[in-house]
Amino acid sequence: MSKQSMQRISHDPGSDITTQKHVIRRTVAKILIPFIQLFGLYVIAHGELGPGGGFQGGVILGASVIVYILVFGLDEGRKRVTEKTSDLLVSSGALIYGGIGILCLLAGGNYLQYNVLLPDPKLASHLGILGVEIGIGITVAAVMITLFCETVRRDDDD
Amino acid sequence: MIKHLPILLIVVPLLSALIIPVAGRINRALSWYIATIATGICFVISLLLLQTVLKEGSISYWLGGWEPPMGIEYVIDYLSIFVVIIVAFIAFMVSIYSRKSVELEIDEDRISVFYAVYLLFITGLMGIVVTGDIFNLYVFLEITSIAGYALIALGKKRQALMAGFKYVVMGTIGATFILLGIGYLYLMTGTLNIAELSQMLPQLYHTNAVLTAFALFAVGLALKIALFPLHTWLPNAYTYAPSAISAAMAATATKVGAYALIRILFTVFGVSFLTFGDLNLAHIFLFFSVVAILAGSILALSQTDIKKMLAYSSVGQIGYIVMGISLLSITGLVGSLLHILNHALMKGGLFLVVGAVVYKVGITNIEGYKGLGKKMPISMAAFTIGALSMIGVPLTVGFVSKWYLAVASLEVGMWYLIPVILISSVLTAVYFWRVIDNIYFKTDDEGDPGHGHGHGHGEERVKPDDAPAWMLVPTVTVAVLCIVFGILAYAPVSLAEKAAVILLR
Amino acid sequence: MIEIILTKYNYWIYIVLMMTGFYAVMAKENLIKKVIGLNIFQTAVFLFYISLSKVDGGTAPILINGPVVYDNPLPQVLILTAIVVSVSVTAVALAIILLIYKAYGTIEEDQILEMNKHND
Repeated sequence: MSKQSMQRISHDPGSDITTQKHVIRRTVAKILIPFIQLFGLYVIAHGELGPGGGFQGGVILGASVIVYILVFGLDEGRKRVTEKTSDLLVSSGALIYGGIGILCLLAGGNYLQYNVLLPDPKLASHLGILGVEIGIGITVAAVMITLFCETVRRDDDD
Repeated sequence: MIKHLPILLIVVPLLSALIIPVAGRINRALSWYIATIATGICFVISLLLLQTVLKEGSISYWLGGWEPPMGIEYVIDYLSIFVVIIVAFIAFMVSIYSRKSVELEIDEDRISVFYAVYLLFITGLMGIVVTGDIFNLYVFLEITSIAGYALIALGKKRQALMAGFKYVVMGTIGATFILLGIGYLYLMTGTLNIAELSQMLPQLYHTNAVLTAFALFAVGLALKIALFPLHTWLPNAYTYAPSAISAAMAATATKVGAYALIRILFTVFGVSFLTFGDLNLAHIFLFFSVVAILAGSILALSQTDIKKMLAYSSVGQIGYIVMGISLLSITGLVGSLLHILNHALMKGGLFLVVGAVVYKVGITNIEGYKGLGKKMPISMAAFTIGALSMIGVPLTVGFVSKWYLAVASLEVGMWYLIPVILISSVLTAVYFWRVIDNIYFKTDDEGDPGHGHGHGHGEERVKPDDAPAWMLVPTVTVAVLCIVFGILAYAPVSLAEKAAVILLR
Repeated sequence: MIEIILTKYNYWIYIVLMMTGFYAVMAKENLIKKVIGLNIFQTAVFLFYISLSKVDGGTAPILINGPVVYDNPLPQVLILTAIVVSVSVTAVALAIILLIYKAYGTIEEDQILEMNKHND
């Protein structure tokens, strides 16, 4: 297949060859992305018990969206995770972290002293750690997505 | 709430920095309000903490309720509160000042990002000064540095990008050396708490690992405070950054780096470490500081851009601070600490004036300062006060710190340092005189009354058209403080003495 | 002499890696290669820290029932934070390189310095 004929074909939306070309990537991505996200959530939740935690899980979550953008294109990806969403997620994740700390302040302990939040200190400690890990995970995922999108964005109106 | 003040010092700017992007989407002007309120609250907290520390001695705060050395501890003693107040004050002043200043220097859609990163910068600075855990020091140092890299790269000219990149590379290498030093200390002692390190290190002075750790810390921190010869990132970074950021960074970032150096040299390693072996390690610092003082002043002489001139002058001033540290006497350390305060006020004020000139006239060339004495009288008066303080004229802050440094050099018998101070003061006078000469004694070619265009032309007075009030008030406040602390030097001196006594124990 | 090299091999590895990264930062002119060198430099320090945490006969520091010897988890946690810092620095450096490319049209350091000289 010469280069010119391939270009001519790719402009034709109803053609068989193009959908054949990207079918493998699209199918594999569609199958894998939910599992990647599930694994990312698992890594976030198991931060205190084993290897993992907010940062690693967040990177995995971000990677799942980046795979989506790589396979389906930047515009498709930006429709799913808009700029507004990712900006808000960046701030809100870290605000969850700071907010839990302030909650501990208001409940009477030092900053980030989880065991004063609930009557059972062990459970409060677990939930506190889980809460901050989720906050970190959200921020890191949103930051990874923003970084990637801004790096590959083509500025046509520069 | 009072007992939580140390952590609020860090939490307030941090959370405000996170709220600003969200608020900036709703209304762009909100970002300035949030930033100024946050830095204002920081300043008030620092004053309250000063009161508490003067009453009780040092305060300690356990993060998460975990007892040190298991947990991270935040310690505020005399040295910390001294630096915290300086940083909080300068941050507040620059925040007010930046309302007008960023209009011309930063693109509109980046303004909320600017304020968010600026607040992260302030968070990092506060964190470095307040923390009592050495790895936490590294983390906050990196937060400050990364925010600094981003802020410098926001400058308008494209040289700002290359300056920012050079700062990134050099700053990261310095920080990595510090990280390595922390690793060696942890390897030998097993703890990361500064108080506990200071107790465990004396019996390990003879080991090579502790010496290596000291060397790594010395190089890493010298990079961060721009001690000659590791200063090469500083001139370009200060010149091409936005003016408000030049002022903030010149007045705070290097000073907090000097604080970190003092903390690590005197609290973690202890004074006796420096004189332990055959080589007096403080003499190495002394040598480089003397070279820095002379080189900074000499290099500033040949500059035509005023920001670059002030930047090279900063390199010299940092030499003064390190010289005071390396004299290892109470008077020397007091001189160093006073110079931290004074340089923050003087250089901050000078950069604020330069920013006002950039806002009004749009030039940073010394030649373009001709005739500005009539056009912008108040700003130029502030510049003159700052310049006089830098030279070390009595009744200004610069004189107080240079006096202490001179007395300290006599005390330890190194009288040859006094000619160094004198020579550099003379050189400072020379390069500032060029600017003052242009400001007051030369006029712009167009309005030159001596050209004999006739009676009517000569009578046309130049209308004073100074910077807007938002920029003028912080500049004048800082300049007035230069004189106030020069005359009523008792307050800073007594605090610095209390700090120095504890450090050199 | 041989025993110094053999027993302290983690030090030798990290020193070699660190100097490789440092060489890349100093000698290479392409800005992206400098950033890569910076990453190698920092990674060498991380490897050193983690090698410090190994205890003889210790296993991964994940809690299991019964008497077990664990590796020291503290350096591993410290490095987690340091890796985040390294990623942030790389992100900022790459963002600045993108802006440099838009402003100068090249990312070779010597060409950029040439253009700067003509500008001033």
